[in-house]
Amino acid sequence: MSSRRIFARPARFAAIAPYVWMALFFLVPFAFVLKISLSQTAIAQPPYEPVFDLTAGWEALKAAFAALSIDNFKLLGSDDIYVFAYVRSLTVAVTATALLLLIGYPIAYGMARLPKRWQAVAMVLVIVPFWTSFLIRIYAWINILQHDGLLNQILLALHLVSQPVVWLSTDTAMYIGIVYSYLPFMILPLYATLAKMEPALEEAASDLGAPPWQVFWLVTFPLSLPGVGAGVLLCFIPIVGEFVIPDLLAGSNSLMIGQTLWLEFFTNKDWPVASAAAIVLLVVLLVPLLLYERLQKRQLEQGR
Amino acid sequence: MAEELPGTNLAADAAAGEAYPAAGQPLLRIEGVAKTFGTFRAVDGVSLDIKAGEFFALLGPSGCGKTTLLRMLAGFEAPDEGRILLGGKDIAQALPHERPINMMFQNYALFPHLSVRDNIAFGLKRAGMARADIATRVGEMVALVKLDGLEKRKPDQLSGGQRQRVALARALARRPQLLLLDEPLAALDKKLRESTQGELMELQRRLGMTFIIVTHDQEEAMTMASRIGVMKSGKLAQIAPPRELYEAPRSRWIAEFVGDINLFDGESRLRDGHRLVIGTRDAGTLVVAEPREPVGAGRFAVAIRPEKVKLSRRGPVSEAGRETAINRLDGVIADICYLGGTTTYKVKLDTGGMLQASVANSARTDVDAYSLNQNVVAWFTPDDCVVLPS
Repeated sequence: MSSRRIFARPARFAAIAPYVWMALFFLVPFAFVLKISLSQTAIAQPPYEPVFDLTAGWEALKAAFAALSIDNFKLLGSDDIYVFAYVRSLTVAVTATALLLLIGYPIAYGMARLPKRWQAVAMVLVIVPFWTSFLIRIYAWINILQHDGLLNQILLALHLVSQPVVWLSTDTAMYIGIVYSYLPFMILPLYATLAKMEPALEEAASDLGAPPWQVFWLVTFPLSLPGVGAGVLLCFIPIVGEFVIPDLLAGSNSLMIGQTLWLEFFTNKDWPVASAAAIVLLVVLLVPLLLYERLQKRQLEQGR
Repeated sequence: MAEELPGTNLAADAAAGEAYPAAGQPLLRIEGVAKTFGTFRAVDGVSLDIKAGEFFALLGPSGCGKTTLLRMLAGFEAPDEGRILLGGKDIAQALPHERPINMMFQNYALFPHLSVRDNIAFGLKRAGMARADIATRVGEMVALVKLDGLEKRKPDQLSGGQRQRVALARALARRPQLLLLDEPLAALDKKLRESTQGELMELQRRLGMTFIIVTHDQEEAMTMASRIGVMKSGKLAQIAPPRELYEAPRSRWIAEFVGDINLFDGESRLRDGHRLVIGTRDAGTLVVAEPREPVGAGRFAVAIRPEKVKLSRRGPVSEAGRETAINRLDGVIADICYLGGTTTYKVKLDTGGMLQASVANSARTDVDAYSLNQNVVAWFTPDDCVVLPS
């Protein structure tokens, strides 16, 4: 009994720590953003009104609340620019995540089948690009992809093309950049599930008459689905809000929502609309998460 | 021939399998098979014939190569040398899914994402069986291993014993010509293991199938198998039925590995008809029956199983006869180990050695029991001794 009491206090603290963290660094900022999204732009400091002034008294506070409106959200729905930006963000994220899965899965699978000591080496090789700053790596890609860059030089030298190909400021360049940057986030969760899978399961499948491709589709892949789900979420969500890679590598004719946010905040100084766009983005991102969770719960219930 | 099972025709199917060998031919012939991992020779020139309908056990300590040999039969490892003939056809290089052999895995390797029914049906679907036939066959298998009502459960909702049954049903469902069992009972507790041993034997007999089981548990091998192959360092040390393995081990190592045994090193002194007289350091002069294959002079070990040693307070009395008195050793009880059905006494011999004697507790009371430091006489007949090369 006494030993339990000794451990009870730190344990209870550890249990509430994540909630404190969430409240401080997610809920409070979220409340700020939500409040700004319901405000109007103003040529002032800060650039929106109303401003809550707790020293001005109860009546002023009531007036400030009354001044809040959902006009910004209506604007987002009525202006094509925002709708297109959301659609483009989701399209890019879906395409890039699919590419990441197609490229990352074989790599993770190969890693998990390596001898144990080589697995550690492979793991380091996957992580080692993080040692270099993200921006420098994207600028390196600009170098490789530019008119007289490495890629065009190689293509010309191999006589695969007769004149330099335009890579920069295309969607291709953007996808190269995104896939390159996010690949470790796809590989690592996939590798983790594949590496802990019992090898006897694949042997059992082949013993029961399944040729290698069936072993993969009927046993390996279904059992790696938790890793697939984790990798997809880890890539999809940040890619939807990606700003740097499309800004540096893609053309400027169609913007992703991250770029639109930047424009509203810094060029147009329209904080309320930018905040509303951010809130909508959050809701859009929550939908796949909730679907994923519902799916997992249903799978668990089916097992009962 | 196996009797007809109600609701199944497994036995008939197994006997009618196309690749079955002609009468008198072994079902499986292993010829000089070897496998090396790096510099470690896991299996070192094993040759073995297994007849259809046999229950064969590969017995050995861990690392002796028995599992590697089994994995080569299943196709998970390819032998570096030698041939594996199944019904006369060399399958040594065939892939696992191409072999009419199924395996029951040590930790069952049940597919965790599939229900009991889908686990059992997995192999049948791969064989391209019609839906209705699969349903029938799965029903038969479920009834056979007594899993009725659990068809929709996932493996993690089953007990250890139930999982073991699913694994067995899954491996039997395709009616393989040969079923491999890799330590099939190792994960079960003792009571369940014993009852499952009986069920496996019963099943094998009824289905008339050929089973090869790998185990490190000599009792398990002795209970179930009709023949046992003892493996040591990648080689088959002896292939024999259980009784022969126990009563006539071919080497000192086998004698010690299979069951308990007293061993006395010595030198042959003289030959007297069918008897050898061997002078031992620890147990004086012992008279033993000459082994079937005559041995020359030289150094030997005399081996005697503890249950063949008789104990008494005053030595062999008249009804035991003169014969039994030939090997008579005096000593004092040094250790007592009560095991319920039997008691094992360690006797410190006056000649210096230690002798283990296992005595059946045929009475409920301890009137026949010996106490510590009691003087006793131990004796055994020449025929109960085994002479082994030292």
